[in-house]
Amino acid sequence: MRGPLALDTLVESLPQLMDGLKYTLGLTAFGIILGTSLGVLLAVGRSYGTRILSIIIMIYEKVIRGIPLLVLFFLIYFGLPQIGINFDAFTAAILGLGLRSSAYQAQIYRGAINSIPEGQINAAYALGMSKFKAIRYIILPQVLRLSIPGWSNEFTILLKDTSLAFGIGVIELMRQARYIQVRDPDLVLIVFLFIALIYFILVFSANKTLRYVEKRYQMAGYQSEVHR
Amino acid sequence: MAMLDVKNIHKSYDDNEILRGVSFTMEKEETKVIIGPSGTGKSTLLRCINQLSPPDAGEVWLDGEEITNPATNINKIREKIGFVFQDFNLFTHLTALRNVSIGLEKVKGMEKETARKRAMDELCRVGLDAQTKQYPAQLSGGQKQRVGIARALAMDPDIILFDEPTSALDPELIGDVLDVMKSLCGKVAMLVVTHEMGFARNVADEIIFMEGGVIVESGPPKEMFTNAKTQRAKEFLGRIGALYGGG
Ligand SMILES: Nc1ncnc2c1ncn2[C@@H]1O[C@H](COP(=O)(O)OP(=O)(O)OP(=O)(O)O)[C@@H](O)[C@H]1O
Ligand SMILES: [Mg+2]
Repeated sequence: MRGPLALDTLVESLPQLMDGLKYTLGLTAFGIILGTSLGVLLAVGRSYGTRILSIIIMIYEKVIRGIPLLVLFFLIYFGLPQIGINFDAFTAAILGLGLRSSAYQAQIYRGAINSIPEGQINAAYALGMSKFKAIRYIILPQVLRLSIPGWSNEFTILLKDTSLAFGIGVIELMRQARYIQVRDPDLVLIVFLFIALIYFILVFSANKTLRYVEKRYQMAGYQSEVHR
Repeated sequence: MAMLDVKNIHKSYDDNEILRGVSFTMEKEETKVIIGPSGTGKSTLLRCINQLSPPDAGEVWLDGEEITNPATNINKIREKIGFVFQDFNLFTHLTALRNVSIGLEKVKGMEKETARKRAMDELCRVGLDAQTKQYPAQLSGGQKQRVGIARALAMDPDIILFDEPTSALDPELIGDVLDVMKSLCGKVAMLVVTHEMGFARNVADEIIFMEGGVIVESGPPKEMFTNAKTQRAKEFLGRIGALYGGG
């Protein structure tokens, strides 16, 4: 007799789910790397680049933030091949996640850049630093520290949104759960509860870790944030 | 040839001409004090000298090199011009020691360890041996400003520009900073915007009185305090002397 809590069958499906989990983690890792590197470049370009560059970046951010992620996935995976640009589903998903995250992360970094007193930049110039050195050694280290809370938030959003990659056929956690559901409809509740739990544990431990990192790299004088 | 030669500097913001032809020279190891009413362009003048705000017209020469020439590598020149700010502008994310050593490492290309030692020496020189590991937020105003001075000194500048270095400090903290500045006198050229008349009288080789974007009068402190030629300088020095007499 199998009810909605068929644990033994769920256990049988575990290897399959773990296989999906690997892809979920891969999407998250590559997606966040792309999103963060591009996000920092966009923010720096928008704050310190030429006027033209800064306008182009602004438009990019607005456009990307205005498109649902699933639409972005479809554009990259199904749309681009029409003009001769082909990506496999995994790469397309990383691109979609990374590009989208970069547009949001750029905002986080730009806010942090604006919060750094202009006087410190003048002090850097007065020492003989070039603009590049001032950004590299004075601005970015502070910007990254100040951005940890916003980045953590963005990280967990990206982690959860990897589940949308099932829409273009990436066989990640969500997709594996769907396979199990199709094969064995009795398992639907337990399987989705189970992957919900996996996502929750991932997000929860990511938040815990990042909270620790945030404290560890806190700048003296900004301690008040510890007690939030 | 003078070490620093400032020639006929003009600077406007929008339609407001702030500096209207300022000229003066400074020799090696000389100390000059600039005084003048608020809004007269004293800070603007200092920022024109190290090109943080490039002047619209006029020239600045340092050691026979024209700083105002666009072909000059300004970053190289700025190494030789220290700047001490009214509100310190220390780097928030760095300890006192790193605030001083970062320029040595990243601008002068010194080895990390050599830079650290040098920074340590400079912090001792300004009396902060015990605070090297503290972050700016953990320092008093007077300590912050002394880190600011050490940061400038470490670069071995020919001249240090001070923009009201004690104005943001509580009265009881001003003395420590002025003492450090006095100790530098004759070792490095100093151009100091300040209202501290005691410092001006006892330490300066020359006092420059500015008003309305020009130098109204300049001369040795003794002459300026007892025997200013212009009515404006007389009035201003009298008033400010009563306010900030001491020292
Ligand atoms: N970046 C700027 N943009 C526009 N106006 C400016 C700028 N910097 C300075 N000014 C104006 O230039 C004038 C001179 O300013 P400055 O700071 O040089 O005066 P100051 O003599 O240093 O005065 P204080 O004793 O109050 O520090 C002021 O009227 C100020 O409003
Ligand atoms: Mg000023």
